Amino acid sequence: MVAIPHGDDHGGAYGDDKPGFFARWFYSTNHKDIGTLYLIFGIISGLIGGYLSFMMRMELAAPGISVFNSEHEYLVFASMHGLIMIFFMVMPALIGGFGNWFVPIMIGAPDMAFPRMNNLSFWLLPTALICLLISFFVPGDASGNGFGGGWVMYPPLSTSGSPGPAFDFIIIGLLAAGFSSIFGAINFITTILNMRAPGMTMHKMPLFAWAVLVTAFLLLLALPVLAASLFMLFTDRIDGGTGFFDPAMGGDPEMFQHLFWFFGHPEVYIMILPAFGIVSHVVSTFSKKPVFGYLGMAYAMVAIGVVGFVVWAHHMYTVGMDVDLKAYFLAATLVIAVPTGVKIFSWLATMWGGSITFSIPMQWALAFIFLFVIGGVTGVMLANAGVDVALHDTYYVVAHFHYVLSMGAVFGIFCGFYYWFGKMSGYLYNKWLAGAHFWLFFIGVNVIFFPQHFLGLNGMPRRYIDYPEEFALWNHVSSAGALITLAGVFFFFVMLIEAFVRRRPAGDNYWGEGATTLEWTLPSPPPFHIFNTLPRIEESDEH
Amino acid sequence: MRLKRLILASSATFIAMSSTAFAAKPTEGGYWLQEAATPVMEDLHWLHNFVFIIIVAITLFVMVLMGYIMFRFSAKRNPVPSKTTHHVGLEVAWTIVPVIILLVMVVPSMRLLYFQDALPETEMTIKATGNTWNWEYSYPDNEDIEAFISNPLEKDEAKFIETYLKDNNVAEASEFGEPYLLATDAPLVVPVDTKIKVLITSSNNLHSFSMPAFGIKMDAVPGRINETWFQVLPGKEGTYYGQCSEICGVKHYKMPIEIRVVSKAEFAEWVANGAASHKDEAVQAFNDKNKTAKLGGGVTAAQK
Repeated sequence: MVAIPHGDDHGGAYGDDKPGFFARWFYSTNHKDIGTLYLIFGIISGLIGGYLSFMMRMELAAPGISVFNSEHEYLVFASMHGLIMIFFMVMPALIGGFGNWFVPIMIGAPDMAFPRMNNLSFWLLPTALICLLISFFVPGDASGNGFGGGWVMYPPLSTSGSPGPAFDFIIIGLLAAGFSSIFGAINFITTILNMRAPGMTMHKMPLFAWAVLVTAFLLLLALPVLAASLFMLFTDRIDGGTGFFDPAMGGDPEMFQHLFWFFGHPEVYIMILPAFGIVSHVVSTFSKKPVFGYLGMAYAMVAIGVVGFVVWAHHMYTVGMDVDLKAYFLAATLVIAVPTGVKIFSWLATMWGGSITFSIPMQWALAFIFLFVIGGVTGVMLANAGVDVALHDTYYVVAHFHYVLSMGAVFGIFCGFYYWFGKMSGYLYNKWLAGAHFWLFFIGVNVIFFPQHFLGLNGMPRRYIDYPEEFALWNHVSSAGALITLAGVFFFFVMLIEAFVRRRPAGDNYWGEGATTLEWTLPSPPPFHIFNTLPRIEESDEH
Repeated sequence: MRLKRLILASSATFIAMSSTAFAAKPTEGGYWLQEAATPVMEDLHWLHNFVFIIIVAITLFVMVLMGYIMFRFSAKRNPVPSKTTHHVGLEVAWTIVPVIILLVMVVPSMRLLYFQDALPETEMTIKATGNTWNWEYSYPDNEDIEAFISNPLEKDEAKFIETYLKDNNVAEASEFGEPYLLATDAPLVVPVDTKIKVLITSSNNLHSFSMPAFGIKMDAVPGRINETWFQVLPGKEGTYYGQCSEICGVKHYKMPIEIRVVSKAEFAEWVANGAASHKDEAVQAFNDKNKTAKLGGGVTAAQK
């Protein structure tokens, strides 16, 4: 994409004087170290969230209640699985992890605009996660410890329905996580708008930077609404407090749902847009072709971001909204399919005429496209308010959003991880182990989630610990998929350990001519301080 | 599968079954929408299948295209990549074609939405109130019918009632017996071929009144009365099962909705009998049997 005339910005020209261990990792203001912290944090949260979902799948393997001690415990697991995976796994990994690592490098900036705020952004997150973990062990409601009201936290179940301190810890934790994201968003927006290297115009900026920019705006606009609604829940929960969502005091529980989904729908794109960016780079790199329709790709993401703010109530077709309102949300939701289609077809067109190598990151990217199409088209089905009446709150919805998140966002994360692993660590991974991870994971998640479409069509509601035996077959299959996925996760860790034990050094640009963004001009791993002399992007370079 | 079950069930309970010709619950290992019992659900089936064909076609198109690209443009077959990065015609096409597909989809989609949501002139009204964790049903325009609570059946209770109803050759025995997590001690009883308005509200947490075979699902929100409607098609008398579809606490999985659709004559008879049913007798018999063990157990319809 860009040709960088760089003179002596290798080796000795860089300051590589890393501070001592504690100062480096705890006071860190270095975007790469903070990115690494985010990634490690994401992996740990992913293990916790994964454990919660694995236990749920084991419980659901057969009718009857066998794994959990109480129904409440199951609901706690279900609620916390959602919150932890979204706020502490996907977002930190994609935005905090890869965003911090590669946005400054890709735009040719020495670091993020506000390095100390960056440090604060990260360290708010472990604090937040600790709050959520505490909530497991303090009283939720009369039936036990922890909050079991679903990740959507609808009142009255989250107000009068969960009087114990468990949910207060969740509110505090999510507020901390929310502020972390807002600070991160401010940092990204400032960095991208102000610190691009000379010649790096907006329209030359790599698509991952575009993706993070759009994501940052979504975060900045959506998260304050979440923070506000969490505060409202908080004051509603106080005895003699407010009654925003309490009908006995003139409030309305439905208002919370509107506020929540006004945040919640953009949140969906917050999780998937960075993955779009990563996949664009990977598809381009391994096809040895520039991204097809660059401007269309960038503005499709902007369009998704904008339209994403005006479709929220399609999560609420059954709350009893006015029919004309539903008709609007139906139409607006369908519109999102258009820019999403542009993304999919542009990826295919990028590959068309290319010279494709099927390296591990490319396998994840191809699987991402495949799975995201499936998750996307079931989204079109659900957008139809009339049909949604049959599918709302059933396993069809569970299947749909796991196809776009558990397979969309997560495949995007692994795609980026394998693409940049050598760049970040300086070591090459073992292809066989990485391949085993990919194939087990790919087969596993499909076996888990594809049969859930059948369960949903047949009418099985979500968040059920036990179900009529008619649903037994597909639940059984789905749970078997969880075992396959677990084996995949095992290979991921074996791959990590192997790579750090063997320490096969990675070159500057181990992907070859297809990899054209700025990070491939730096050594692997990049020195502690980069771009002491800013790279200059040639004027003539066109997409 | 379903047919076999029907034959088995009807041979076991012989002539008494004639009035329960149809029923719907989840099918074993089922992978599709439950059979339609109302015009709305019939249309919903149609729209679902229509959209399904479109999305499968789109998915197959993308998969085949991707497969071809992976084959044709692999590094082995195409060592020299092209440098094409723009094609205005193509970019316009893949924007316009999806728009056209969506326009084709949105017309029947809106039609179903308005058919489903705009209440027609209804002939009777029922009210469903979600409690933690059961449903309370009342007939606001029929003062003869007292409001009653519909509790889920425990496993042993369901077995007992199933046997009791079969042994007594009771017409209202569902051909499915009393499936656990679906059956209740007191179903909502409604006449067939009647436009019925359903008012839905909640006494505490959110719930959702859902009946898959009717194509209805409406949240029960405290402080609000939501409404929806259904009209069971003639010849579709029988027992129908649905489940609470909005998280409402620990027994969320255990507050099913059972609706018994009867002929208009049978409904009139039921009303005349003070809304009593043979199932009440069965529940009573079960409670008598367990009186010492239970000692003032759950409130049942008969007790209320």
